[in-house]
Amino acid sequence: MSSIATADAQNGAAAPAVSTSDDYRASEHIVRVRGVKRVYKIGEVLVHALRGIDLDIKRGEFMAIMGPSGSGKSTLFNMVGGLDKPTDGTVFIDEVDIAQLDAGELAWLRCRKIGYIFQTFNLIPVMTALENVTLPMIFAGASVDEQMEKGKRLLETVGLGDRLYNKPGQLSGGQQQRVAIARALANDPAIILADEPTGNLDQKVGEEIIQMLKRLNKESGVTIITATHDDKMYKRADRVSIVIDGEIQAVVPPEQLGDNTVDGFLAQLKEEKDAAAIKDLETAAEVTATNAAITGEG
Amino acid sequence: MAAMNSGTARVERQISLPFKQAFRIALRNITIRVGRAMITGAGTMLGIAFLMSVFASNLMLAAKGAEPSPAQAQKAAWLVAMSLLVSFVGITNSMLMSVTERYKEIGTFKCLGALDNFIVKMFLIESGLLGFFGSLIGSIIGLLFVIVTNLAFVGAFNWALAVLYMLACIVLGTILSVGAALPPAIRAAKMQAVDAMRTEV
Ligand SMILES: Nc1ncnc2c1ncn2[C@@H]1O[C@H](COP(=O)(O)OP(=O)(O)O)[C@@H](O)[C@H]1O
Ligand SMILES: [Mg+2]
Repeated sequence: MSSIATADAQNGAAAPAVSTSDDYRASEHIVRVRGVKRVYKIGEVLVHALRGIDLDIKRGEFMAIMGPSGSGKSTLFNMVGGLDKPTDGTVFIDEVDIAQLDAGELAWLRCRKIGYIFQTFNLIPVMTALENVTLPMIFAGASVDEQMEKGKRLLETVGLGDRLYNKPGQLSGGQQQRVAIARALANDPAIILADEPTGNLDQKVGEEIIQMLKRLNKESGVTIITATHDDKMYKRADRVSIVIDGEIQAVVPPEQLGDNTVDGFLAQLKEEKDAAAIKDLETAAEVTATNAAITGEG
Repeated sequence: MAAMNSGTARVERQISLPFKQAFRIALRNITIRVGRAMITGAGTMLGIAFLMSVFASNLMLAAKGAEPSPAQAQKAAWLVAMSLLVSFVGITNSMLMSVTERYKEIGTFKCLGALDNFIVKMFLIESGLLGFFGSLIGSIIGLLFVIVTNLAFVGAFNWALAVLYMLACIVLGTILSVGAALPPAIRAAKMQAVDAMRTEV
């Protein structure tokens, strides 16, 4: 099963950071992660949050990243979203090595190319829903008319056309997350990064958010990358990456996970691994026995 | 800069926002967080009120036909310097707390594409506005205090000079407030966007 995880490595050669040449063709993969490691240092202790991640995400794909808490999902997100730099390895967004970008280019990338959705919504509490949605447009230099028109339209898209002037505190968790989705779409990003978007929501509301993301993915073709350990989420994804202890264990279509829960699948994966290990041991033992026989004979 | 970025470039450079936008957001931060704004503004207000009262007292002495002794003048100058220093530290401290309170918010701003210089601008404008209104009120209070305690001599009071002193106080107070907010503003701008992602805050 884990063999599927091996990424096609032929594109591994480093691309120039920013190329203005005309021979640029949109690659099939909007995100390419190559050998990414992230080590945190807490005092003298080294925490290996990512241990060499290779991952390709196709344009327009809905990719779910599953794994237990502490497996490195958020860390991987920060790398792909240009919010943090890898200790080792490279992240390409649209064939651009984002480690090579300066502060102004990174800000542009965050503003235009990527939309972020957080577990804790992260709306600006003193601003209305509409102001929260138009904020990224202000940073992109849009005119006030444009901001208002598009902000309202986006809030209508997520079903909050009647809550334009409510502050986050006056909205439920699910409504706040929908404002956050509208905000993430503000500058028509190519990628939406959603880190456990349903983590703070109850089942039913979480399901609505997942459906909404799926709908957006289908309708506008925006690439969605979401970290989750929500069992409902992965079933909607095109592919599921399983991350354990900072390593990708498998990248599979959701059908392959069957009706398993995340935990069930992880247990199954572990069993298979253990079985393989035992088999290895047995083979080794046989070899030793054969060797012993040979030696004994000699 | 932007003109060179035709459709072929995949990454462009973020534009710097016009002052007007930063001003709008700063103004809204003040009107919404009145409590914090009052504390920051009060720092400037008290310092400037004291400075203005010293200026006005000198004018009042002149109105009485007296001259302040050099020793008195020196003492007053010393007290004014101290009070302005205290104001400065007070504003810096209050702005630092404001930055800490808005840690996650600043990170979110950065995730949405805010440049460092926008964050700095936002905080400086905020504190400049507070400094302006704080010193306006402070200078009025300082002047009123001296007038009310010396009503008998108001007739000979040099109002033109008093207004000039008031203007100087307002300019000084605004500069003081902006200067005091500079270290916290820079600290806020240096904050990493990744901190907004962290859930356990
Ligand atoms: N800023 C940090 N400093 C130190 N260790 C961190 C930091 N962020 C994450 N880690 C560690 O890295 C590992 C992966 O964390 P994370 O990416 O948040 O996992 P997940 O999102 O899958 O729950 C954990 O062991 C966590 O403690
Ligand atoms: Mg996480």
